[in-house]
Amino acid sequence: MTQDQSASRFSPEVGIDLAAARKRAGTWRNAGLASVLLSILIVCVLVLAVAILSGTGTTILAKLIKWTPFLAEGFLLNVVMSLIAISAGTLGGVFLGMGQIALVGWISWPSKVLTQIFRNAPWLVLLFYCIFLLPYQVKIAGQTFIVANWLRASIGLTIPVAANFSEIVRGAMQSIPSGQWEAARSLGYTWRQSVFQVVLPQCIKRMLPPWMNLYAVLLMATPLASIVGTQEALTNLRTALQAEADGRLLLPFYAYLLSWFFVYSYPIARFSMALEKRFAIH
Amino acid sequence: MNAFMSFFRELHEKGGINLTIFYDPFDMSRFSHGLVLTVVMFVICAVASVLLGLFGAAFATLPYRVPRAIVRGYVAFFRNTPPLVQMYFFYFGLGALVPTSRNAYGLPVAMVNNLDWALIALSLYAGAFNVEIFRAGIEAIHHSIIEAAAALGYSKAATFLHVMMPLAWRIALPALCNNLIELLKTTTLAYAIGVPELLYVSNQIWSDNINTFAMMNVLMVVYLLLVGVVAMTMHRWERALKLPGFGAAR
Repeated sequence: MTQDQSASRFSPEVGIDLAAARKRAGTWRNAGLASVLLSILIVCVLVLAVAILSGTGTTILAKLIKWTPFLAEGFLLNVVMSLIAISAGTLGGVFLGMGQIALVGWISWPSKVLTQIFRNAPWLVLLFYCIFLLPYQVKIAGQTFIVANWLRASIGLTIPVAANFSEIVRGAMQSIPSGQWEAARSLGYTWRQSVFQVVLPQCIKRMLPPWMNLYAVLLMATPLASIVGTQEALTNLRTALQAEADGRLLLPFYAYLLSWFFVYSYPIARFSMALEKRFAIH
Repeated sequence: MNAFMSFFRELHEKGGINLTIFYDPFDMSRFSHGLVLTVVMFVICAVASVLLGLFGAAFATLPYRVPRAIVRGYVAFFRNTPPLVQMYFFYFGLGALVPTSRNAYGLPVAMVNNLDWALIALSLYAGAFNVEIFRAGIEAIHHSIIEAAAALGYSKAATFLHVMMPLAWRIALPALCNNLIELLKTTTLAYAIGVPELLYVSNQIWSDNINTFAMMNVLMVVYLLLVGVVAMTMHRWERALKLPGFGAAR
């Protein structure tokens, strides 16, 4: 018996009825598609309503269209920052989370303390830390590289993501019945083997919905980078508003940016809700 | 008090750690005002957001489609847009539409100032999460309890008020605790629209004294302490309300 087989044998829930799974996947896709279309519709109605109500519909619409590429440029940076932070934060969170349940005191205590500190500190304060305290340039092999503001902001966002994910990992690992650990142990698995081949594979489906929620929270935090001087969507929006210097544009422009985030985030939220429902244990 | 101040003055002169907030009266007063404002903002928004959550959840249980759709839209909007952009939207976007009055010097004064907008934005933001929390709490009540209340002659409103709410509240408390901590952390966003709360005054202090690192550490410790106080209070409440044989297993 290879170890791979034994891992799946320990988790009867892993066996999936393929036809049923496909059917469910189909309904999710439809739900996701419907929600995207719905949100785009809502956005169009919102923008048009604001434009028409303020009486200068066509000029405002023209200005929104004019600045759209500039906003998109900034929004791309929001997405890039969020992707960097979620990747690095997930990696860090896995180690921190496993550290929390480690049986060795000098690993578990620091992991717990770090997790609690960075999970409970305001994101904006952590962002300030990274912006002020990380070096502005680094020397690698004699060459000087300037550390861009957005990169330092991404690191600032990574820290709370890692701490939050650490708690998700710990919670999921502890939700696995102790019988699984004991069974692995009685089969002669080492601690590392039981974690990676028995417990972690079962944890993944419990971690997926909260992980997606965390990504949504992270994306909602990326505009904070504008406070510390990153050229992301909110900064670009404010630059555009200053260039136009027209008070009537304020409301539609901010509503426009809100709708961008909504369109990006809502389908993710719906998808994670569907996953949660599917993975729920009754 | 003098010994306290001179200790921190010496710490600055000999130890190189400059904590002006502990020996400079001006910085001390600025910092304590910021701290008080943060706490006041948190308390007001916490109460308002809990009320919003309760009413939202109550609305969502009604058998009519329109109020349910309104609540769902409100929750979806505030959960899926960045709180900072919401705050700008309120302060700059809606704030531009609010009429201004003139003060004694004839200068325009907005009827709704930046602190008010911060309170409104934060309450609505945290309220959206609270709706979901209380809705989940209500859904977790076993239907047999509601049927038992009906069999005892409770009206629908009385069932909701005297049977469902007390149970839902207990189920929702742990999640509510998390969300209130989240709210406390989010009050820092008021910094962006110039509300002189803790982060804002700290920024002023470290800009004036160039003691950024020391001040940031103080700020971090203060926020962690505040979070600790909120968490402890909520856990105590949870324990005090605990019903024997109910909600033990999660």
